[in-house]
Amino acid sequence: MPPISRGFRGRRQTEVDPSRLPPGQYATNDFPVLSAGPTPHTPLDEWSFTLGGAVGEAKSWTWEEFVAMPSEVVTRDIHCVTKWSKFDTEWRGVPVDRLLEGTEPWGKYMVAWCDGGYTTNLPLADVVDGKAWVAYEYAGEPLDPEHGGPARLLVPHLYFWKSAKWVRGINLAEQDEPGFWESYGYHNYGDPWKEQRYWSD
Amino acid sequence: MQVETPHAKTLVLDVPDWPGHLPGQHVDVRLTAEDGYQSERSYSIASAPGTTDLELTVERIDDGEVSPWLTEEAQPGDQFELRGPVGGYFVWDASLEGPVLLVAGGSGLVPLMAILRHHENTGSGADLRLLLSARMLEDVLYRSELERYRDVVHLTLTREQPPPEWNGWSRRIDADMLRDVGPGADQHPHVYVCGPTPFVEEAARLLVELGHLPAAVHTERFGPSGG
Repeated sequence: MPPISRGFRGRRQTEVDPSRLPPGQYATNDFPVLSAGPTPHTPLDEWSFTLGGAVGEAKSWTWEEFVAMPSEVVTRDIHCVTKWSKFDTEWRGVPVDRLLEGTEPWGKYMVAWCDGGYTTNLPLADVVDGKAWVAYEYAGEPLDPEHGGPARLLVPHLYFWKSAKWVRGINLAEQDEPGFWESYGYHNYGDPWKEQRYWSD
Repeated sequence: MQVETPHAKTLVLDVPDWPGHLPGQHVDVRLTAEDGYQSERSYSIASAPGTTDLELTVERIDDGEVSPWLTEEAQPGDQFELRGPVGGYFVWDASLEGPVLLVAGGSGLVPLMAILRHHENTGSGADLRLLLSARMLEDVLYRSELERYRDVVHLTLTREQPPPEWNGWSRRIDADMLRDVGPGADQHPHVYVCGPTPFVEEAARLLVELGHLPAAVHTERFGPSGG
């Protein structure tokens, strides 16, 4: 039994559907910003996206080619490891499935790499079958650099650090290698519904 | 409990089996109501490693859920759950070589204070400077302690003039100010920036413009929903 914090009642969010809120989270209407370093500003004419690693011949897209691909608009709840959740966020992006079309990846893992040196690792199974996108619009507007623009990975079923900001490529790998936050104490997988926040969870 | 400013208090905690921490890390605080309802938030550790008590400085967020209890309700003897330390990136260790630049906006000073205190306690010879931006003098956390480090502490107030005894300015942070505080990018300092998101965005942008390597600029941001 946890100790009772005498006199604590809290501000219960009665308007929030509890079935949408993972354990330990609270709902917010803000969009807080969390990053480890300065926000990179890569000009779009220098931006490219590369799919490589255990996937055969690498594929690469310029910004124009990337946004010319068929995209999807998806509305999802997102959950940050720092405990806020935000419901019904709307994104436009290219499904990772589409990037993988025509390839026969033999790696079961992937690493997203980003401007600023940030990386995050995921099982390939968590980014296929309509579970992940490379998103470049938020709420109908170009994605703000603070929030990861020009493009970020969107993997809404995992804690939001897995939705790497400023993403520039995906490398498929046969071995699972921890990414940036995963090397600094955060959980390797990060399922918010199992509250997998830290190494010991 | 120690009153720091009209909005912030420092809680001195006795944590059984605390495993120790590095300066810059934070903890997760979980409060439990009588009926089992719980709420969790993260708070930076203010105390240096190796001290017996763990200190958290908490700023009250008016529409927050956890900070009002910690700052207004909690009394000596009260209990709550605490998890940590958390975060292995925004940390400074005395074994790191090279100068240190700390840039704080408001209560973003808290984890940087742990670094300053650790620097002092370890007798580190590293060249350390702190630039603190606050609205008014009464908002400055740890004011009397900071006065002892006036040689290395620079204060800028955005809504009033700092007293003459401080190295100070009365404006928002800018490139000239960062240049004056130093150490310059050519000294390759480890840089730590903490504060509200717009402050951190601006400070980090200026630092990169001044030639600091993005990888050397560690940032920690918080927004109003950090409550």
